Amino acid sequence: MSISPNNESGTSNKRRDLIKSLASLPVLGALGVGYWQHTRYTKKTEATYDIVKELGLSSEPAFKDYSAPGTGSTDTIRLGIIGAGSRSNALLHHLGFATENDAKQWSDDKKNNWLAYGDLNVVLTAVCEVFDSRAENTMAKALFSVKDAQGEQRKHKPKRYTYYQDLLEDDQVDAVIIATPDHWHAPMTIAAIQAGKHVYCEKGPSHSEAETFELERVVRASDKVYQLGHQIRHNPIYPYAADLVKQGVLGEVNLVEVTTNRNSAHGAWVRHLKNGKPKAGDLNSIDWKQWLGDSPEVPFSIDRYYNWTKYWDYSTGLLGQLFSHEFDAANGVLHCGIPESVVCSGGIYYYQDGREIPDLMQVVLEYPHRKMTMIYSATLANSKNRGRVIMGRDASMEIGKGLSITPDGSSEKYKQLLADKKIAKNEPMLSVGLGKKSSTDANSGATASYYEERGLTSVNVGGVSRDVTHLHLREWINAIRYGSPVSCGIDRAFEEAVTIQMAKKAYLEKRQVRWDAKTKTIV
Amino acid sequence: MQISMTKPRRLSLFFLRVAIGWHFAFEALSKIENPDWTAYYYLQASQGPFSGAFHALADSALMPLVDLLNQWGMLAIGLGLILGWFTRIWAYAGMALVFLYFLATPSWPGLEYPAAFEGNYLLVNKNLIECLALWVLALFPSGAPYGLDALFQNKKTAES
Repeated sequence: MSISPNNESGTSNKRRDLIKSLASLPVLGALGVGYWQHTRYTKKTEATYDIVKELGLSSEPAFKDYSAPGTGSTDTIRLGIIGAGSRSNALLHHLGFATENDAKQWSDDKKNNWLAYGDLNVVLTAVCEVFDSRAENTMAKALFSVKDAQGEQRKHKPKRYTYYQDLLEDDQVDAVIIATPDHWHAPMTIAAIQAGKHVYCEKGPSHSEAETFELERVVRASDKVYQLGHQIRHNPIYPYAADLVKQGVLGEVNLVEVTTNRNSAHGAWVRHLKNGKPKAGDLNSIDWKQWLGDSPEVPFSIDRYYNWTKYWDYSTGLLGQLFSHEFDAANGVLHCGIPESVVCSGGIYYYQDGREIPDLMQVVLEYPHRKMTMIYSATLANSKNRGRVIMGRDASMEIGKGLSITPDGSSEKYKQLLADKKIAKNEPMLSVGLGKKSSTDANSGATASYYEERGLTSVNVGGVSRDVTHLHLREWINAIRYGSPVSCGIDRAFEEAVTIQMAKKAYLEKRQVRWDAKTKTIV
Repeated sequence: MQISMTKPRRLSLFFLRVAIGWHFAFEALSKIENPDWTAYYYLQASQGPFSGAFHALADSALMPLVDLLNQWGMLAIGLGLILGWFTRIWAYAGMALVFLYFLATPSWPGLEYPAAFEGNYLLVNKNLIECLALWVLALFPSGAPYGLDALFQNKKTAES
């Protein structure tokens, strides 16, 4: 088959050919006009009420300045770590420690992010852990830091302790990181502060009511730096949100809904198995008696060791593990503090594995003086992302990794703007997204995605990606060195600890529990 | 068998070329005007037998290049097709690009995409059809006489 020209061109002159060849120029013109119309229309619909401009806010959230806040000691800070599980290892990573082998296997991105932490001028001098192999792993990490990766040999071999009391007596330790199961947080913090050490402690701050008050008393009476491990404080979206709320963008805030939805065995703290077989650990390698501490004596159990979150003796379950994050996020935005009363209900409906803590839990916190209620709603049998929603009389704010504000259709404040169709009742009038790109990769599990969606891992502001845990630790180190403030010190920790204890009591005693602010007691 | 390129046949190719060019150009302009646009989410949403490669691409250092290609590369293809200038080259480039879209998000039972992907398809979807239409444009003399190709072609070989 061949294609033959018909003879029309044979008779045409050059001018006709030229005109024909330019036949599509009008099309190009039409596209230009169409595109101009399109941009005009988009500009018109997008150029809505610029709430950010009107309030004189900076239009983007920004990271705090984490450089040295002043002059102070340039001495190396010597750290001890108590508890050497996966969280400790993550904390060490964000402080700039790794094993040389790990570092070799990282992707370029991961390595560059780690190197960008820079040298915090800290060394790990002591490790306390009841499980031998975990202690060894963590001690190996102390030998390689950002500084070593940059070519400076500063290998520092830490001392291993089996008893934390001995570690606290070590004068080669200036500050301790506590990343143990929850029943040890308060006793260890109290002992560490009394021994003159600065403390970074994982959440929740305490396990029982009595130790909550003791913790507050001891930390307040001391000049040592205490930081509770709520890294979300460094996600710039939260101070930004607090600013918006303070300026009345939402109107009077009346209902706050914070949530947890997870639907995996790992997310429900079933973590003692690897490929269907129990993970390592037995009475020969774990000091079980010390691990139990003051809690009731029970035979060694691999389930209790790895899945301690399931038991009241070692944990407050969802409350200390996940509600704590949610409460802190809301408290950071609303500065609501301890509620006047709390009710809490739930049950063990899905995980019939001998656990004591509920897998569905609903907590209602009342703030009558603020004309506000906060609801924490949690399920470990569904993974819908419900976000966090702060509802005001004039608008609602959804806040997680980013934030968006949607006006209320019946708002008085926005009545005119709604009528002028400058904003619409079901459409966000302000959206701020942080991070173009997810930090969890395809291989990360459901639990990692959960933390990311809720703004608890890394955030990207203006093309700069930073891990909030690193920033939280850096702030603590700066506070020790320069006396600068921490963002989750004893005030916030106490508010959270009391609230958790109120919810725990309400759940166990099946009644409304109240906070008597005058006598500082839970009744 | 000989097919004579009658005027209606030439015009049909011209309209097909301009329509596809328009589609490419406007798609490209929309991506260029949005400062937050990136192909990342599209690549991350990839499913099917080649999804691994597209996911890897999304996380690779090549992403700035991928974004540029999908913005300015696409605009070049669109304008080239509208003007009928180096039609064959732009048609093949367009084919390659849409074929990649086809591979990234194949229409196959069990694969579901976000709501933005409208329509009901089984294997054959708009990407594949546009890809095949571009093939026709590449193989037939679609850049002349109603296109700039006519100006750069020798009269004799213009339509051979």
